[in-house]
Amino acid sequence: MVADLCIEANCHLGEDVLNVLQKKAVEEKSVTGREIIQQLIENAGIADREEIPMCQDTGVAVVFIDIGQEVALTGGDLYDAVNNGVKEGYTRGYLRKSMVMDPLDRVNTGDNTPAVVHLKLVPGDRVRVTLAPKGGGSENMSSLKMLKPAEGIEGIKKFVIDTVKVAGPNPCPPVVVGVGIGGTMEKAALMAKHALTRPLGTKNDDCDTDMLEKEILQEINKLGIGPQGMGGAVTALAVHIEKYATHIACLPVAVNISCHAYRHKAVII
Amino acid sequence: MDLAGQIIYYAGPAPAKPGYVIGPAGPTTSSRMDAYTVPLLAEGLKAMIGKGSRSEEVKKGLEKYGAVYFAAVGGAAALLSRKIKSARVLAYPELGPEAVFELEVEDFPVFVINDVHGNDLYQMALSDIQE
Repeated sequence: MVADLCIEANCHLGEDVLNVLQKKAVEEKSVTGREIIQQLIENAGIADREEIPMCQDTGVAVVFIDIGQEVALTGGDLYDAVNNGVKEGYTRGYLRKSMVMDPLDRVNTGDNTPAVVHLKLVPGDRVRVTLAPKGGGSENMSSLKMLKPAEGIEGIKKFVIDTVKVAGPNPCPPVVVGVGIGGTMEKAALMAKHALTRPLGTKNDDCDTDMLEKEILQEINKLGIGPQGMGGAVTALAVHIEKYATHIACLPVAVNISCHAYRHKAVII
Repeated sequence: MDLAGQIIYYAGPAPAKPGYVIGPAGPTTSSRMDAYTVPLLAEGLKAMIGKGSRSEEVKKGLEKYGAVYFAAVGGAAALLSRKIKSARVLAYPELGPEAVFELEVEDFPVFVINDVHGNDLYQMALSDIQE
């Protein structure tokens, strides 16, 4: 199952992303920008028809697993099961193996394991597995800052917009911007990553946050970076925010950038 | 390996499916190669293809040695791999996607980012919007 998710997510771009790209291919004022978006749509078509990865960077296998607390997992180690799936999927699907076992000596593991797994216990009797392959180019442009609470909403906006500005052409714009606000340092980072599993074109459940997402998106698209940084009004396709309670002294903000290959596939068991 | 007059394409292709010349091969972030670029320009390298901005040092090197930096569309790997007509590993086969390949391409779509006159398309795009 994990193996199939790896291949699905890497080779078949979601309808939600294709719909937005098709809309932006018309809206973008820059001729170069439109040409680039057209190339991306054509590219997604080839990848889909031939079942080859849309991007050679088939990413770190990031796996979110929400386990219903009434479920008992038996017959082996869950992490081993996930890693076996990643190994099979990345081998069978001709996906690139991009993982090095030690960040310092940098020897490739040869099968794209280990995955980065985030487990969460939730009510119920189902298990939801979301696989989100994450490319290195956009991951490298991500950032985290512990703001002062007094910096408030303006400070948050500035930090998110500056992160996208500094990233410029490097994370393969048009990007999707995941933002985690609140919690602790690691909680904010995890929320920013998880925000990148929300389908494009969906509203935030919280009305004020939804407004904030739209405001930040508008500001980002005024930067002029455009598709692939070659100029234009389509720098980001969406901004997704997740929030959590935080300490009276803290205002953590994490920004995780996804390239236009906004890839994730989920299955519920 | 003689670099004079050559073009380097920064890419780490995915494995080729049976019957394919090469797997999906889009450009990778060029700035990771900045530290190694000027010595290669001095050896006669004429152009590089990648994605993303280059350091000031590299841009000056392009002017000094008369070379060009191009960008291909990042993430258009399936499309770009169709333009590659042959691929052969020249060095470091053990590095897999990071090995040095010799590629022959046809109608490979690129944009000029940095030219021999010190122009920078990424900077120009940003200043256009401010006008």
